[in-house]
Order: sequence, then structure tokens, then C-alpha cells
Amino acid sequence: MSNEAILHGHSEAGTHDPHHDEHGAHHHKETFITKYVFSQDHKMICKQFIITGMIWAILGGLMSVLFRLQLGYPDSTFPILEEIFGKWAKGGKIQPEFYYALVTMHGTVLVFFVLTGGLSGTFANFLIPLQIGARDMASPFLNMLSYWFFWLASVIILCSLFVQTGPASGGWTVYPPLSALGDANDGSKAGMDLWIIGMAMFVVSSLLGGLNYISTILNMRTKGMSMTRLPLTIWAILFTAILGVLSFPVLLSGLILLLFDRHAGTSFYLSDIFIASTQKALPNEGGSAILFQHLFWFLGHPEVYIIILPAMGLVSEVMSVNSRKPVFGYMAMVGSLFAITILAFLVWAHHMFVTGLNPFLGSVFVLLTLLIAVPSAIKVFNWLTTLWKGNIRFTPAMLFAIGFVSLFISGGLTGIFLGNSTLDIHLHDTLFVIAHFHIVMGVSAFFGMFCGVYHWFPKMYGRYLNNLMGYIHFWVTFIGAYLIFWPMHYEGLAGLPRRYPDYSGWASFNQFGDLNRFISTVAMVVFAVQLMFVFNFFYSIFKGRKVTSQNPWGSTTLEWTAPIRPGHGNWPGEIPEVHRWAYDYGKDGREYIPQTEPVGSSESKH
Amino acid sequence: MSNFFIFLILLLGFLITFQIAKASEYVAVLKGEKKAFEQHNRVNGFLMIVFLVGGLIGVYWCNELFRGKILGEAASQHGQEIDKMLYITIAITGVVFVLTQVLLFWFAYKFQHSEKRKAYYFPHDNRLELIWTVVPAIALTVLVGFGLMYWFRITGDAPKDALQVEVTGKQFGWIFRYEGKDGIFGKKFYQNINDGKSNSLGLIWDDPATHDDIVVNQEMYVVVNRPVKLIINSRDVIHDVGLAHFRMKMDAVPGTPTTMWFTPLFTTEEMKKKTNNPDFEYEISCDQMCGRGHYTMKGVVKVVTPEEFILWRAKQKPNYALAFPDKAPDAQPAKDSTKVVASTALANANAMAKVSAKNN
Repeated sequence: MSNEAILHGHSEAGTHDPHHDEHGAHHHKETFITKYVFSQDHKMICKQFIITGMIWAILGGLMSVLFRLQLGYPDSTFPILEEIFGKWAKGGKIQPEFYYALVTMHGTVLVFFVLTGGLSGTFANFLIPLQIGARDMASPFLNMLSYWFFWLASVIILCSLFVQTGPASGGWTVYPPLSALGDANDGSKAGMDLWIIGMAMFVVSSLLGGLNYISTILNMRTKGMSMTRLPLTIWAILFTAILGVLSFPVLLSGLILLLFDRHAGTSFYLSDIFIASTQKALPNEGGSAILFQHLFWFLGHPEVYIIILPAMGLVSEVMSVNSRKPVFGYMAMVGSLFAITILAFLVWAHHMFVTGLNPFLGSVFVLLTLLIAVPSAIKVFNWLTTLWKGNIRFTPAMLFAIGFVSLFISGGLTGIFLGNSTLDIHLHDTLFVIAHFHIVMGVSAFFGMFCGVYHWFPKMYGRYLNNLMGYIHFWVTFIGAYLIFWPMHYEGLAGLPRRYPDYSGWASFNQFGDLNRFISTVAMVVFAVQLMFVFNFFYSIFKGRKVTSQNPWGSTTLEWTAPIRPGHGNWPGEIPEVHRWAYDYGKDGREYIPQTEPVGSSESKH
Repeated sequence: MSNFFIFLILLLGFLITFQIAKASEYVAVLKGEKKAFEQHNRVNGFLMIVFLVGGLIGVYWCNELFRGKILGEAASQHGQEIDKMLYITIAITGVVFVLTQVLLFWFAYKFQHSEKRKAYYFPHDNRLELIWTVVPAIALTVLVGFGLMYWFRITGDAPKDALQVEVTGKQFGWIFRYEGKDGIFGKKFYQNINDGKSNSLGLIWDDPATHDDIVVNQEMYVVVNRPVKLIINSRDVIHDVGLAHFRMKMDAVPGTPTTMWFTPLFTTEEMKKKTNNPDFEYEISCDQMCGRGHYTMKGVVKVVTPEEFILWRAKQKPNYALAFPDKAPDAQPAKDSTKVVASTALANANAMAKVSAKNN
């Protein structure tokens, strides 16, 4: 569909009014339903994604507060919990089943619903059309469906929380046989079916979204916007979408086989099983539990890049704008994104070094895994050089961008420990892993997301977020994140296994009681500050300081050439034409040169 | 009631923050946007350097605080190699960590906004890109090289004289099987499992090789300085044999046996002295989520001298004898015959100890 057809397609059906194009404002009637609910405007869909994502983030964060309460105070009771959760917190103590349900759903919610749906959904939808110069997505209708499938997935997962036997509780990786056998685990009863169906809906949403993002980026760039003139955000989103489209179907196939094993009597993953609770041997023979892990991690590993690549794109853009100089090594940045995308598909078995994997195969995966450190290092050094000799403005967005780089370095380096199979033997499934991935893809992806929200909020809502609350939000979260996860590495080095609600029964692992209490306290403070951010977000939508200039950050990219509150179609009149790359900051003594400005004859070349 | 007060205090704190934040916007308008911006920028720039210094001190202090708590010396040969690898990795990544974090926050502080400075237009430099492609690649080659060397040593075939123990995980405990005098593990089939009839592993009694197999729960005896090869199974879901002190770990997968071998270096008694802890035990933790009792799924490894091991083994009754107390011919051994068994066993043990000492 052409840009014009998208804007006017359904209201005009063939009869084209030339007058319409000139001022571009849309005259077709919009009801509350078409504007706010079943909207096909990418900007509204973005807002739907971010708000749904925020609700999930609060729920997911709340779950972590609850299980941190148990970890920090394993001997205390909290009668209020029993009042709220009943049998799940009998006597005011979080029961093991409840603990496992909490960690499982915390992982599922944060990984998929917040950092994939919430992050990609928000910024892909918002930035692709605005930054490449398009009226909307290639298929606004599919885009709308993408959100509503996400919503459906959310509702199903939310329902699973209220099932009598509890939601899925075998860990977010849902390894069978545990997840396949209701008799082995209460969470593997109805809760697990809902989990699988919810995730299937999520995969549909992610595919609809991803295909749309790819086709929009490839086909609908405005005149002059060659691929090498795209802002890095768009490159990052493109690679993210490609990763998702190629890997999510594999997860879906794995989950469908799991569903068959659960209900159709197949033995894809099951073999030689005797259930102690029923004292029965199952008839299934010949399946391989490890097969599921291959299928899961074939998505699961690309998934972490699906989470981190958009954050990298947002950070690159914000860092360049606020350093007032071009992002260093644009082509190297694109190249390293590409390299990460390719390698993302070739490293999945590093999650499986201790499953009995052939050691030679393991060694191949060690090599490929540590290879990823090279493009990651390139990105880090390029960000550092972007800051070097800049003229840095510490907006809250910029602070989060700097925080992202710091966290990405810290978490990336511990990845070198875990990617090395020798060390992984000791560190696998310990709290070291928890610390590593929370820093490198949890907190840092959140930092990328915050960085994006603070930077583009004025474009989304025509108002600013409160700055001071932004600063408090950043510093408390940044310091808190390190206080929570840095000491956790030591617990991992001591071999503390993950997914233990209580270490006090272990002579080898009970030496960290004080530390666990400390971590839990900090986690609660950090969570409270996130609530302040949420408040800031909603308050500022309605009462924030109004944006008065079209381009408040002095940015070169196209979205800031649109009106302060762009309507459906983004630009009144013609879509601007692009004449240069996105990073002409500080060139020839000028503060910045917008992409729309033709290259002057006297301009220096780079 | 106290919950209510905590909530009230939080709410109050939040309201105060909000009011200050709101006021700061008005102040900014009064002072002039530019001046307010510059002030904020200076504060945040200063905080960057404070964070860097504070953070590095914190990293050092954290290390001092927890260094003594992370298990001490590895208790197996493989574990000592893994520790070596750990130190190599810490050294290399430590340098990179300090270097990059210092640059990050130093640049942020140094190049904070100033009216006087113009940002330097520096879009790319192929030489620099080449440097930071090649240098990390070299560092990683070193890490991969060392890593794989140790990896192949650790995952290579177990020595021929290794003690074999079959480990089976179940919800929520561990079962260990030792081959009897015949040196063969008898056949088993999971459909035969019957906890009520003392056949927790599903041994096939028709196979005579099962008759002398010893099956014990929760405690695994191994011999110091003698390689031990674990053949790992699971009865229901995936478990993981986690041996933190030995730095070893391997999944227990139903239907797919896995193996792992290592050489314990210190007996449990020696570790009691080394750690100054009279209750010290090598614990086996389940490291793979396996259901509600996952965190209680504990086993114990007793590392003993060859003599003690033979004595212990001689005292164990075969599983067959427990399942069929009346059928087993040696089910009611005469009291003195145990002694005979034990003393010949002791002689064997001494011979074994010499052999393994030579091997080392």
C-alpha cells in the first residue's frame, strides 16, 4: 500500500480527491472506538503497547517484590499475605508452590510481555513511520491485530494467575517433563495449558508486528531515505523484527509438541518416567526431554537479542543527540548489529552445556558464543567514542543511555564467564546466572526503554515528563540495580542454586542471610521508585509542561519535523524528503543539520 | 496496623517528592530555562564522577566482604582447574571492566555541556575500529583456548580404574547404586519401579547381575584421590547433580543417562579440619527446577579413605536382599562372616590405595 492509500484507503475507496493531499489532514470521522480502542494509527497502537507493558511491568515487579520478601526474610511471617493470597501464603509464609509460580510468571511476564511486547511494540510502532518518513505502517490493520493478539495473550496469562491449581510454575523456560506432567507439579495442570495458549497468541502478535515492521522499513522509506541514512533505532528494530520472525515459530512448534505430550499421549519429550505422587510408571518411551530445550533456546537465545537490540538502537540515537555529535562509526554500528543477529542463531546450546551435550558440540558453541563479544565490544567502544569530546546534556534520557552502557559492560563481561563451558559447569543455574542476565538484558533493556520514553515522550504526548522525578528515578534505579545484582554474583560463585525459596537448610549456602535481606530491601526501594515513574508518566500525559517548540532536543531526524501533536498521517502536506544521514551534529560549526536540509555546495565531506 | 503506617509514610514521602519536583519546574521557569538546565547538568555531571569513584570503592569493598564466603579451595582436581580458569577470566575481564567504566564516566563528566566548547565532529575512524575489533578478538581467543583445554580434560573419558556410581534423581531425593562384587550394574527397567517392594530403581531381578547391586539413599560414598564416575539418571523430571565444593554439575535427564567424573582431593574429615567446621558435609544440591521440593532435594557425598570405603561397602546389604529377605541366601549372614568380609576387604583396599597413589 502506498503512504496515501494507508491514510485515506478505507474512507475513500478509489475516488481520490487531489485537494485532500495538499493539507493532508484526515477528514474521515473517528469515533472513540476507532481512535482509542481499535485504532489503526501507529502512534495510538504504540501507546496501547506501552501502557499494557507498564501494567505488566508493575505486576511482574510486584511478583519479584513478593519472592524477594521470602528470600530476604525466610524465617518471618507476614499475616497480611495470607489475607490476600489465602492458601498460597499459609500462615503468612509464601509456600514453595507460590514461590515457584511467582518466579515463573515474573520471568514470563518481564521477558515476553514487557521487554519484547512492551519495548519493541512501543518503539517500533512509534518510531518506524515517524523516522523513515511514512504515513503509517505498511498494514495498519495487521498492526492493530498485532496489539489485540498481544492483549488477548495478556488476558489469558492474567487468567492463569487465578486458576485453582495455580499458574505455570516450572520456571519461565518450562522444561518438560516437569511442565508436561500435572502429577509432578501443580502448576503444570490447567495453568500450564493457559500458559501455552497465551504464549501462542503472543507469538502470533509478535509475527504480525514483526512482518509489518520489516515490510514498512524496506518499502516505505521517504524519498532520499536510503538504508544507510536510517537512524540506528530503525536498523536495530529491523534486525529485531527479523530475529523474531525467524525464531518465534520454532518456539511455537516446541510448545505445540508439548501440548501434544500433555494431552494427546505422544512422547516427544517423555521417556522412562515414574511418578512418585501417583506411584505409576507412564507408558511413554523414546522421547527426549533435551529436544525441547533445543527448540526453546533456538528462540530463547535470539529472544535476549530481541530484547536488547531495540534498547541499543534507542541508546545510540539518544546518546548522539545529547552529545551533540554524530554516533561514532555508523557503519560499524550497523555491521555489529548484523553480526549479533547472525550469531544470535548460532549460540543457543550454550544454555545446555551441562545437559549431557556432546563435549565437542559444546566446544563449537563456546567459540560461537564468545565471538558475540566482538561485535558487543565494538558497540561499547563506539558509544564511548561518541561521548568523547562531545558537549553532553544530561537529560534524563541521556542519563539512562549512559547507565545502559555501564550495565551492558558489566553484564556483558559476566557473559564471558558463562559462555565458557568450563566455568559454566560451576556457575550454571546458580545466582551468578540470575545476576548476569538481569544486568545485561533485564535492567539494561529497561534502561534502554526508559531512555526512549524520556526522549520521545514529548513527541508522543506533546508534554514533558517531570525532570527532577526523572533524575531521582535514574539515580535510585541505577545505584539500586548495582546494589541488587553485583553482590549476587558472589552468591553464584559460592554455588547457590537459583529457584530456591530458602537456603537456610543448606550448610553450604546459608552464609548469605544478611546479604539476601539487604538485596530484598533495595529491591523494594527500587520498585517504589518505578511506581513514581509510572505516576510521572500518567500525570505528565495530562498535566506535564507543554512542548512549545517542534524540535525540543535539537535533533536531526524526521519525527521532529512533524507537528508537535501529529495527527493520523503524521505530516500535514507532503512527507519531507531526506538529503543526508541522520547524524550531522556539530558539522561545520553548526549545532545540527536536519536530515531534510539539502547538502550545501560548500559543506565538508566525511 | 503497622502495614497501614508504612503505607502512609510511603505515601507521604512520595507526595513530598512530587511537590518538590513540581516546584522545581516553576523554579526553572522563574530562573530561566537555560540557567536551570546548566545547573542540573553540573549536578548530574558531578554525580557521574561520584558514582564512578563510589562504585569502584564499592566493588573493592564488596570483594573484601564476600571473598571468604565463596566456598574456599575446590575439593576436586577438575574444580581446581575450573578455579584457575575463573581467575584467568577475572583478570582479563577485570581490566576491561575498570578501563571501560572509567572511560565512560570520566568522558561523561569531562565533556559535560559547556558554552565554550563545541562538540568535535568525529563520525568514524577505521583505524580505531580495527583496534577494538582485533584486541577483543585476541583476548577472547586466549579465553577460548584455556577454556576448551580444561573443558576437554574435564569432559574427557573417565580413567579405567574409576569407581562407578549410578546416581538417580527423583522428586525429591537421590538414589545411589553401586555395582556388587561382579563389577556389573544389573539391568533395570523403569516399569518395574515399585517403592513399596523395595525396588526404587526398577531392577530386573531375572538378571542375576542385579542381585548383588547395592542401592542406598541420600548418601553417596566415594574414595579420596580415586576418580569417581557418576552415571546419572532421573526417575521422573529433569534434576541436576550439583556438587558446589567439587565445582561439578550435570543434569539428570529421564530416559537419557549422562555421565560426569572427578577426583575428590580431601576426605570429609579433612574438610572438617580445613574449614574449622565439625559439621562439614559435601552437599549435593539439585540445580535444575524440579517441582515444589526442589530446594530441599539434598544429598550428601561422603569422601572417605579406601579402608573406610571398603568397610562401608561390606556393611551394605544388596537391594535384592532387602526386596526378598527370605530368598536371598546371604540375607542372614553369620556375625563373624561380616568380619571376614571386612578384613579381606581391608586388604584389598590397601592394595587399591597403592595403585591409585601410583597413578597419581
